[in-house]
Amino acid sequence: MSVLVYTESEDGKFKKGALEVASYAKGVADAMGTSLTAISFNTEDTSELGKYGVDKVLSVSNDKLNNFNASAYADAIKQAVQKESSKVVVLSQSANGKYIAPLVAVQLEAGYVSNVTDLPESTSPFQVKRTAFTNKAFKFTEITTDIKVLGLSKNAFGLKESEGAASSEAFEPQFSEEDFKIQVESVDKAKDKVTIADAEVVVSGGRGLKGPENWGMIEEMADILGAATACSKPVSDMGWRPHSEHVGQTGKPVASNLYIAVGISGAIQHLAGINAAKTKVVINNDPEAPFFKAADYGVVGDAFEIVPKLNEKLKEFKEKNA
Amino acid sequence: MKILVCISHVPDTTSKINFTDGDSKFDTNGVQFVINPNDEFGLTRAMWFKEKQGASVDVINVGGAETEPTLRKALAIGADSAIRIDTTPTDGFQVAKELAKVAGEGNYDLIICGRESIDYNGGMVPGMLAGLLKANFINTCIALEVEGDKATATREIDGGKETLIASLPLVIGGQKGLVEESDLKIPNMRGIMQARKKPLNVMEPAGAETATKAVKFEKPAPKGSVKMIDADNLDELIDLLHNEAKVI
Repeated sequence: MSVLVYTESEDGKFKKGALEVASYAKGVADAMGTSLTAISFNTEDTSELGKYGVDKVLSVSNDKLNNFNASAYADAIKQAVQKESSKVVVLSQSANGKYIAPLVAVQLEAGYVSNVTDLPESTSPFQVKRTAFTNKAFKFTEITTDIKVLGLSKNAFGLKESEGAASSEAFEPQFSEEDFKIQVESVDKAKDKVTIADAEVVVSGGRGLKGPENWGMIEEMADILGAATACSKPVSDMGWRPHSEHVGQTGKPVASNLYIAVGISGAIQHLAGINAAKTKVVINNDPEAPFFKAADYGVVGDAFEIVPKLNEKLKEFKEKNA
Repeated sequence: MKILVCISHVPDTTSKINFTDGDSKFDTNGVQFVINPNDEFGLTRAMWFKEKQGASVDVINVGGAETEPTLRKALAIGADSAIRIDTTPTDGFQVAKELAKVAGEGNYDLIICGRESIDYNGGMVPGMLAGLLKANFINTCIALEVEGDKATATREIDGGKETLIASLPLVIGGQKGLVEESDLKIPNMRGIMQARKKPLNVMEPAGAETATKAVKFEKPAPKGSVKMIDADNLDELIDLLHNEAKVI
């Protein structure tokens, strides 16, 4: 028996989400009194995982998997579970993690709980806390199947270092032709840009910015803070910013440490999307904007005056604290 | 092309969320229900296939009789027929199994689901349905074209997008981007009248088992009040973010 964690990597390096999900899975393994095995794909040096509680890494090396492939990855995870007699599988709620988790669950006839925020309340019966209603509530769920699949919400648990080293073992799962039926035609990925899902800080703009030509100051603030840029729904609907930046109930959820909202009034659907952000700053010229009720810090005033001033001050602060 | 669109009946996005029966059940009192927004983008894309490529479009839902107005709305938007699997599900795996039975028997070329419903946000039904049907699956779809038995789909990935080619039958988890918000259809009077005559078949459930059960719900703890900072004193904001919140 063990806990198995899928550790996501990019260009041969583990993503921060992989280390977080390993940290969490170590907590689950400890609660169950068992060991933690990771499965990694095309990652040469897996030793880093030992620092986050992984005892053993099943290292898959296969050129056919250079592009992410949900079906093949799910197949490999299933075989790893069978090899290790794992009772719990943990994945990150990244786009790829969300893609494969239900496929893994079906293959293993396992109950799957997504958006998990905390370690299990109990492991027998197996109960976990997750978000529901787009962060407007929590749901405590019991998984009744023998094998359990958990999707950990981003930034919900953080990184926790452990003592120990991870051994590495080459793992060669068997793939079928069916696994390679979907072909990748192209991948269009912004390099050197922080994504909303991974960001510690998100800077977001709304209709109050009056037009896409005014986004320079938002991007500047994001540059200074190493943040991702985001926007409200009307802004993406009007085509000022891409859909991928839309934060809210039908857009992306944000779970960053800091969320700065500029010129966003705070519709209920937007607030649902940012509930999981830890600290919220709102800059708006309307003192009655509902967003102030959800904020930790608020500044009332004209964004076109405040944001450039704030950017200068943040730059000075960053230079001093570099 | 034969298309099935899976429709979830969810509280309107502006709904206040409350619980009843000792915080064990969602309180539907005074709540307006709508087509799940992610499903609505998919339904509209299906209508495009119907209009441009002559596809037939069925919609399906797993739920009690109270979900029928939502299915009727989908018919009013233009779906040809509706299926309601008559059970109140408590788990995504159960929904996927119930859908798989009907979908498998219907020999659909394309099954469109929303990437998740906006109530329980499980995000599991599309993938589980594909897995159960052993069909190709593409999640978080933001564009979809079909020619013959070949589909080209673009999906959102962290930090970008990826375009994939898959043969039919295909299940997708769709979202905003499949069509623009401005393209969403509002049923007109003619559509509403026609919807009354379109078939809505109620089917007995297969009795699929659940894999999870809800223990209880809880609302987030109330938030402390906002600290207002004078627009002329932005140094204070930086100081608070650094020393109090410790986020910069």
